[in-house]
Amino acid sequence: MNDLKTQNKHTARHQYLVAIDGALALTAVLLIVQMWLLTASLETHLGGDKDSAVPGAIFSFLLFSGNFGLYCFVSKLEKKARKKGL
Amino acid sequence: MKQLHKDDNEPLYKEEFSISSAHEALVNRRQFTKFLTLTSLGMFTGNLWILGKGYFEKKPSFPRQVVGKEEDVPLGAVKLFRYPEESDPCILVHTQDDAFVAYSQKCTHLSCPIIYSNETKQLECPCHEGSFSLETGAVIKGPPPRALPKIVLERQNGVLVAVGIEASHE
Repeated sequence: MNDLKTQNKHTARHQYLVAIDGALALTAVLLIVQMWLLTASLETHLGGDKDSAVPGAIFSFLLFSGNFGLYCFVSKLEKKARKKGL
Repeated sequence: MKQLHKDDNEPLYKEEFSISSAHEALVNRRQFTKFLTLTSLGMFTGNLWILGKGYFEKKPSFPRQVVGKEEDVPLGAVKLFRYPEESDPCILVHTQDDAFVAYSQKCTHLSCPIIYSNETKQLECPCHEGSFSLETGAVIKGPPPRALPKIVLERQNGVLVAVGIEASHE
C-alpha cells in the first residue's frame, strides 16, 4: 500500500515537472524570438527607419506578456506541488 | 537544545535551508523561469528605448550645397562629391532618362565605395559584389543589408543642389 502511494506521488511529481519543463522550453523559445526582434528593431533604427519601432515594441510587449504568463503558470504549479507535498 | 528551535517549534536550520531536497527541482525551474522572464523584460525595455529614441530624436537638418552644373555631368556620367560633411562621400549619376540621382557612396555592408556600372545600369560594390538599383538605391543582390541613403537634389537654373538625405526603407 505504501509502495503504491509512493509510486503515485512519483508519477504526480513527474507530471508536474514535465509541465514546468514544457513551460520553461516555451519561455526560452519566446525569449529567442524577442532577442531576434530587438536585434531587427535596432538594425532598422540604425538604418534610418523610425516607423518599424512601434510594431517592434508592441510585439516585444506581447512576447514579454507571454513569458510573464508562463512564469505565473510555473509558480502556480510549483506552489500546488509543494502544497501537495510532492 | 531549546536554542535550536524557533518559537513555533520549527527547527532553526529551516531558516537557512528552507527548501527540502525534494522540492529543489521545482524551485530551480521556477527561479530559472524568473530569470528568463526578467531577461524578457529587459528586451522589452530595449525595444521601448529604441521607440523613445526615434520619437524624441531631433530630425537632422542638412545644409544646402551646390553639387555642380548639370552640363558638367553628361548622360551616363558620374560625379563624386561630399555631403553633408567632408567625410561623407556621395555619387551623382546622370541616368539615361535624363534624371539626376545621388546616393551615399558608402556601401551599407562594410562601407566600401560603390561605383556606377554603365553596362548593368546599377550601382555596384566591388568588394563583395553587392548591387543597388539606380532608381531607388534598393539592394538588388549581394550582402548589403539595406538600401543606400538617397541624397535629395534640387535643380535650380541648371545647377544641382543637395538639400537633404533620405533613408530609404526598401
